[in-house]
Amino acid sequence: MANLDIRLKKINKIYKEGDVIAGVVVVQSKGELQHQGITLVMEGMVNLQLSAKSVGLFEAFYNSLKPIQLLHYSLEVAKPGKFPSGNTEIPFEVPLKPKVGKTLYETYHGVFVNIQYLVRVEMKRSLLNKDLQKQTEFIIEYKTQDEKAKTKLINFTITPETLTNVKEKQNVPKFKVKGHIDSSCLQITKPLTGELIVEQCEAQIKSIEIQLVRVETCGCAEGFAKDATEIQNIQIADGDVARNMAIPIYMVFPRLFTCPSLSTNNFKVDFEINIVVVFVDDHLVTENFPLKLTRF
Amino acid sequence: MATYEWVPRTRNYAAEIKSFEVTSVAATSHPLKAITVTEVKKIGDKKDASKSSASAPSKSTVIDPLSSSDPLSVGINAEFDGLDPLSRIMKGDSAPAAKSNRSDRLKAQSVDETDGGDNLGETFEPWSLKKAGILSVYTTSEKLSITTSFLSATDQENVVIKTQTQSAGTVSDKVKNRLEQLDDFEEGSVKEMLNLSQQDYVKRIEELNEALKTAWDSDHRVKALKIAIQCSKLLADISVIPFYPSKFVLITDILDTFGRLVYDRLLDKAQSSLPGRSLKLSANFTSDEVPEAAKETCRNWFFKIASIRELIPRLYVEAALLKSYNFLNTNEYSDALRRLSLMVRGIGDPLVAVYARCYLCRVGMIIAPKFKDHIPRCFEDFITTFPQVQGESVQNILAVQKLDMPRYLTLFSPALDWILQCLAHNASETLLNETLERCKEQCNNALMINSIMSAFQPQYIANRALVFTEMIRDCEGTGLPKYLLHRTLGLCLVVAETPEDQRLPVLNEVWKAVVKQKNPSEYIGCAEIWIEFVVKHCGKREINTFLGDIIKHMTPDRAYEDFYPQLQSVVIKILAHQHDFSLLFSLDKFMTFVDMFQKEAVKVEVCKNIFESFNKHQTTSVSDPVVINAMMFLGKIMHDSVDALTLEDEKRQIGQLLCGFIRLVQFGRDFEQQLSFYVESRAYFSNLDSVLITLIHSVNNLAVETRRIVRGSHTSKTAAFVRACAAYCFITIPSLQSIYSQLQLYLLSGQVALLNQCYSQGDAFFKASISLIPEMPKTLDGDAKSKSSEPYLLEYLYSFVATLLVTPDNPEMGVMYLLRGLLNVLQDYTWEPNSDARILVYTRVLAMLSAAYQEEYPYHIDKVDSNDSMYGNDPKYLSEVKNMANTLISEILSHLKSIATPDNAKRQSSLVMEILSVLLTTCDFSQPSVSTLTVNLWNLAQKNGQADVKTLKKLIDLVKSKASSASSAFQSLLPRLVINNA
Repeated sequence: MANLDIRLKKINKIYKEGDVIAGVVVVQSKGELQHQGITLVMEGMVNLQLSAKSVGLFEAFYNSLKPIQLLHYSLEVAKPGKFPSGNTEIPFEVPLKPKVGKTLYETYHGVFVNIQYLVRVEMKRSLLNKDLQKQTEFIIEYKTQDEKAKTKLINFTITPETLTNVKEKQNVPKFKVKGHIDSSCLQITKPLTGELIVEQCEAQIKSIEIQLVRVETCGCAEGFAKDATEIQNIQIADGDVARNMAIPIYMVFPRLFTCPSLSTNNFKVDFEINIVVVFVDDHLVTENFPLKLTRF
Repeated sequence: MATYEWVPRTRNYAAEIKSFEVTSVAATSHPLKAITVTEVKKIGDKKDASKSSASAPSKSTVIDPLSSSDPLSVGINAEFDGLDPLSRIMKGDSAPAAKSNRSDRLKAQSVDETDGGDNLGETFEPWSLKKAGILSVYTTSEKLSITTSFLSATDQENVVIKTQTQSAGTVSDKVKNRLEQLDDFEEGSVKEMLNLSQQDYVKRIEELNEALKTAWDSDHRVKALKIAIQCSKLLADISVIPFYPSKFVLITDILDTFGRLVYDRLLDKAQSSLPGRSLKLSANFTSDEVPEAAKETCRNWFFKIASIRELIPRLYVEAALLKSYNFLNTNEYSDALRRLSLMVRGIGDPLVAVYARCYLCRVGMIIAPKFKDHIPRCFEDFITTFPQVQGESVQNILAVQKLDMPRYLTLFSPALDWILQCLAHNASETLLNETLERCKEQCNNALMINSIMSAFQPQYIANRALVFTEMIRDCEGTGLPKYLLHRTLGLCLVVAETPEDQRLPVLNEVWKAVVKQKNPSEYIGCAEIWIEFVVKHCGKREINTFLGDIIKHMTPDRAYEDFYPQLQSVVIKILAHQHDFSLLFSLDKFMTFVDMFQKEAVKVEVCKNIFESFNKHQTTSVSDPVVINAMMFLGKIMHDSVDALTLEDEKRQIGQLLCGFIRLVQFGRDFEQQLSFYVESRAYFSNLDSVLITLIHSVNNLAVETRRIVRGSHTSKTAAFVRACAAYCFITIPSLQSIYSQLQLYLLSGQVALLNQCYSQGDAFFKASISLIPEMPKTLDGDAKSKSSEPYLLEYLYSFVATLLVTPDNPEMGVMYLLRGLLNVLQDYTWEPNSDARILVYTRVLAMLSAAYQEEYPYHIDKVDSNDSMYGNDPKYLSEVKNMANTLISEILSHLKSIATPDNAKRQSSLVMEILSVLLTTCDFSQPSVSTLTVNLWNLAQKNGQADVKTLKKLIDLVKSKASSASSAFQSLLPRLVINNA
């Protein structure tokens, strides 16, 4: 039985454009191993998915847009031959150079947009034996970015009057929620901070939450489709909180599911937050704030 | 067998004694001091004990380890400086003051070591002690429910599958996200168990704890995290409020376990991937020393936690993992604590919020005791949000659960106490002032005042006693019942020193309130604390009034029956501070108070306490009739409780207490009154041997004292008195249980009687003891082992025979009739099989007879004419003595013959040597009969080669020394004494 493994030198697997990915390919076998060559492929792709809204359910299911290749590099790690029994480590080094005309976007796992970078190793073997394969994902972050984060304080006040989509305002209980977000344009490594004060509220509050939403725009021949989906929902108040108490807003952006706000010809990735106040009778009030995330 | 004639040697005892003396030299320096001479200062005036224990005895610094209070704390409170008296002489300085400021609060004093080596000090009560208290107090009999997916499969019938409610209104997502899977339970749906009793609930929590550890050990770390999150969610549930504090304690234990596991794993990872050969991080490592791999794992953990949806689990789990922040950034946890303390504001329910704050303070105290910013903020927030308890949502919950407000507020106290303790630890008085101000403004509530009083140092509270009393009076009554407040205030004041001018007003104020309490348990709760204050600071009248008041409150409906422990503690407290027993017994309410203890066992306990205190603190002897009567009354109670079923230990204890008391009663020169006291005591305490023995000794002592005063020449009055004493002893001794004690006391009393020239009484004693000897039990019980009584009897007989030497014969009876009587009794006594005791006694009698043969006895009793002066060496007397001795010798020889079998050889030879040593010292070897006897015995001793050579050599040395002093008899003897096989 043989085992194939990839180990990257960097523990956190975070690389920047222009870096060199170094690592070892580990072949583990009991007894001598015959093989027809080991190849290593490093590739980065943007996978786009059609939204059901634009082209209909089935179309979305069956068709998919062609993935955009950002990076592709292949390397022969070992020529056909034999490996002794035990562990054999073959080091490799691959430069991270994008394809011509492309930039390496940051790794991002989304719903309709997926930017992923992989190192794949394949060992070809003789007809009777199956080929061995192993892949591992690594993460790309921007080395530099033109746009830097600028503090943009946003104050907000939520009252029944500010609600936009409710027709019968008399069902809505009287309330006034004030607060601020320290900056809507911020570094992705820093948490989102702010403050919220319930100045007055007639009804009992059940929960106040911050909802982090991704807004993905994918383009295709027929047009663009914009979809907003929730990434995570962080509760900042549980139960009927005291009035006039400053409740902190604090949210850490999850890795892999967020990336600096991205806008390209084919797709766009943006982020927003919703501040949601849920009352005891399960009615809720939302206020939306678009964000701009940058690496620096 | 040849008969030998026994001839005693004349001896000059005075000369012999002189030859034994060693020349003495006057000493110039203390033999126990070291060679180097140091300046010896006076040991005399030691400084007084510290202010904390007002009860330190002034007499000496010797610690009485057998005193009734806890022996270890006694050592600490008094001035024990760890040196024995001799080294104190060496040191030459007075004992240092007692350990400073160790207040004898009722809380224990253990130290909680923290990471940074910050010692919280001995006054900080650690959480572990409070835990048990909370768990025992906050219990419920209602049914609880638990929601988790990690339960055992056993209780299927209790399980209700809980459908996952759609979180209201959030945008539902068809594609399940990896993050949301943290909230989802892949392994079986969420089950809710209903109708658990409290015990079951605790058991389930334990199971969760175990499941957490198992999951962790099998590397299912994500599962462990999920369990921790689920546990924290349980803390958000307030369906059975009275149980909440206990729930908090149990679940935070699990969280602590989790935090510790994560930290240990990260530490492990850091240490195993350290470069080079260093395998351990230092105890206070900084984040720079941490390798990247460990940092990465740590970061992963915190990222995972940051995306927990609900506030309460996120808060608790992050607080549990707080210590691991150290891997990322040294002292990042100060920021984290700050942030978390603000986050708590998001918790709506005040009870959950205050416990979350309590957890933060607790965790903060363990990890970063120096960082205290978050604590005032927590406290502030608590005060600001306190009005919420009047709010609608809380009132609804209370109504649903049928809980009244005061009871609800008591649930806050453990958390509040803890927060205040953290706040007040090592705090200054100004902080107390500020806190009081804040309270008055916002939350003038009984709960708060109670916690403040418990948290801050008692001295601060005592300085403001009057202020606090007023605050208690004015505060809202919706919270804690006032008697609890008074109780806490009392606890503070008895420990610390109240300023003089505040004492009386405080007492009046408090007393007004306490007296109005109708409920006996509340009343006694306050009274038992405040009595100590009264005893410490006020005089006799106040104590009396106080006691009278307690009696008044406790008597209706026999309320006292329910409160014996508290009443007993009142007595103990009075005894601890009030050592003047005449004052105590003059309080007319005191004995009435003691009467309240109707249950016998408790009453005996109280009496024991009083006696112990009396024995310990009464330094001078007592002659006050009031005190004596009262103590006799109490003593009788104790004594009467002893019956056939009483344990030995109990009997011993009571006996000891009574003996101590009896010894302390002294009437000075009025011996008659003393004797009548002893007679009375005998009547009261007739059931206890130890007391009777003490009484007999005391009466003998009286007789000897009398003699000393009249210097041996009795007047008719004193003679009658000592005869009365002897009569007392004679009557009392037979009522003792132990025969051996009787024998000893007969001998002693006989000696005392002789000393006082009461010949007939002395004779009576000796006769009584001789006739008692046959009844000596064959075994003596002691220490759960019974041993043969023969050695004791033997020793007794030796001393008896020695006494008989100086006992003058009764002229109407024959020569040495007492001795003859004794010998007769011994003849018939059943000795142990294979025992040579009789012969050994005979040897001693031989020695005594040789002394009796002399013209002047080696010792006399002062002013008593013994046989030497009575008979004046009358030849008839001497021949009687000789006859007796010859009889004895033939007895001895026949006994020797009877044990002449080979297996008794060693026994025989050692016996022979005993006889030899007596003969050598007493007999006249110029007589051929005697020397032949000696030589024959000598050879007999060595016949079977079993002789002890060393003893033989010693005997030869004796003969040599005697021979050297020009005694021809010995010189002729010496060559005939040969050691075979020498």
